[in-house]
Amino acid sequence: MQLDTNSLALAYLISAASFILALKGMSHPSTARRGNYYAMIGMALSIIATLLNPAVKSYGFIIAGIAVGGTIGTLIALRIKMTAMPQLVAALHSFVGLAAVLVAVGTYITHARAGTLNQELMFEIFIGTFIGAVTFTGSLVAFAKLQGLMSGKPLVFKAQHWLNLALALVIVGFGTDFFLHEHLSSLLNLIWLAFLLGFLLIVPIGGADMPVVVSMLNSYSGWAAAATGFTLQNNLLIITGALVGFSGAILSFIMSKAMNRSIISIILGGFGGGGEGGPSAAGAAADKGIKTGSVEDAVFLMANASKVIIVPGYGMAVAQAQHALKELMEIIIARGVEVKFAIHPVAGRMPGHMNVLLAESDVPYDHVFEMEEINPEFSTADVALVVGANDVTNPAAKSDPKSPIFGMPILDVYKARHIFFIKRSMNPGYAGVDNLLFTQDNCSLVFGDAKQVCEKMVAELKASG
Amino acid sequence: MSETMLGLYVFVLACFVGYWVIWGVTPSLHTPLISLTNAISGIIIVGALLVAGFGGDGGFAAELIGFFAVTLAAINIFGGFIVTQRMLGMFRKKD
Repeated sequence: MQLDTNSLALAYLISAASFILALKGMSHPSTARRGNYYAMIGMALSIIATLLNPAVKSYGFIIAGIAVGGTIGTLIALRIKMTAMPQLVAALHSFVGLAAVLVAVGTYITHARAGTLNQELMFEIFIGTFIGAVTFTGSLVAFAKLQGLMSGKPLVFKAQHWLNLALALVIVGFGTDFFLHEHLSSLLNLIWLAFLLGFLLIVPIGGADMPVVVSMLNSYSGWAAAATGFTLQNNLLIITGALVGFSGAILSFIMSKAMNRSIISIILGGFGGGGEGGPSAAGAAADKGIKTGSVEDAVFLMANASKVIIVPGYGMAVAQAQHALKELMEIIIARGVEVKFAIHPVAGRMPGHMNVLLAESDVPYDHVFEMEEINPEFSTADVALVVGANDVTNPAAKSDPKSPIFGMPILDVYKARHIFFIKRSMNPGYAGVDNLLFTQDNCSLVFGDAKQVCEKMVAELKASG
Repeated sequence: MSETMLGLYVFVLACFVGYWVIWGVTPSLHTPLISLTNAISGIIIVGALLVAGFGGDGGFAAELIGFFAVTLAAINIFGGFIVTQRMLGMFRKKD
């Protein structure tokens, strides 16, 4: 069976509509799974329709590719740990980028053989390879940083941005030559240079800006697909690419707003790079006149509270403390205490990272609240327990105009009656600023690994029956 | 109207749809949203199939390039959908 042009177009239209419905399903956890099914159906339909396109004449390489890629994708997806999601999506973005480059080169070759090259097509191939190549290496760098293969610290050097600009101009030069003279060598040169540019664009961006980088590369992978759609004159690719591109762009916007920083300043990079891990934390704390608290104090106050708000951050993910936290939640709920989780938009290394980790450890999503919802409640909370978050709780963002984080929206932890702050060391947070919370009388620091401290709290509560 | 111009119409209108649909996504599902968009950007497989299935006329180089493109896109499709499904299965209400 072969499809004529109109049937093919109709199949693609249904696919595009099902992708839109899929994204719409993400508006609530109760409709999200149905949304994912819509997208799967749309994808299956578009693949089957394409295979029935008369332009597809041989199937050997197709079957081999789907078998190999499908197996690899399935195995990775089933085995990946939830804490490693940021790395996985970065890797998947890089694959879209590389696929876009390959499709563009392949389209050039097949059209050259068929003698159907024209200037419009040349221009579209140029744009498609450029976006795809930058997405590919940019995402590889993000992957390496998230996976710890590369330091999360920003890598900055002199005249970095001028070098990038010069590189971009050379790429445009090769692109113009390719566009005007159809030289395959120019296409290959521009691909290599765009690979280099993608690498250079992401290396100066630090670890805690990763939520924005991940969203941005998500967006690029969409634009790469849309550009391929123009090359192939395929409206399904154009629509899907635009949807994905906008999704990533909006997420980048939300994330940068939650950090009170412009997208431009994040892209230019060089921010932060401080990490934890210094010795004699308690001693340093005492020198600064900061109170430390014991697990017993924290447990006593939580068990006798009427409301406890838990604030998880990236430190929870690093220490894998989410399961211990869930147990802690259950025990204090059993004592008649109201327990809520408060999530800052940029907690973790990608948008929504904390929500997934809490869901993984079986915390019901109606216990988990976003910043705007939960902030009015801190003033009525008896205890706020901060687990591995730092800058997003620092009241200096409101009170100290000289602070580098001034203006950033924060969780109003400082309003709670008692604050317990689990921390590994006295080192400042990512932004390199001291947390003003620590100087408050009602704030006690509990030093230790987040997971171990939470487990101790659970043990203590169980012992006290 | 040229094909490219028609594509531009479709592109701009799709951008508007994307804008409104994505603002409706709840922040707690931002991670599954990203992995879902990972999966659907695997739609680039349509282009990869056309290259890989072009047949002998395109030469072995084109077939090989097409094969790798199909493989990468398939990793995204299968990996993206399955991991999204896994994550969404974890989001539960209080029993």
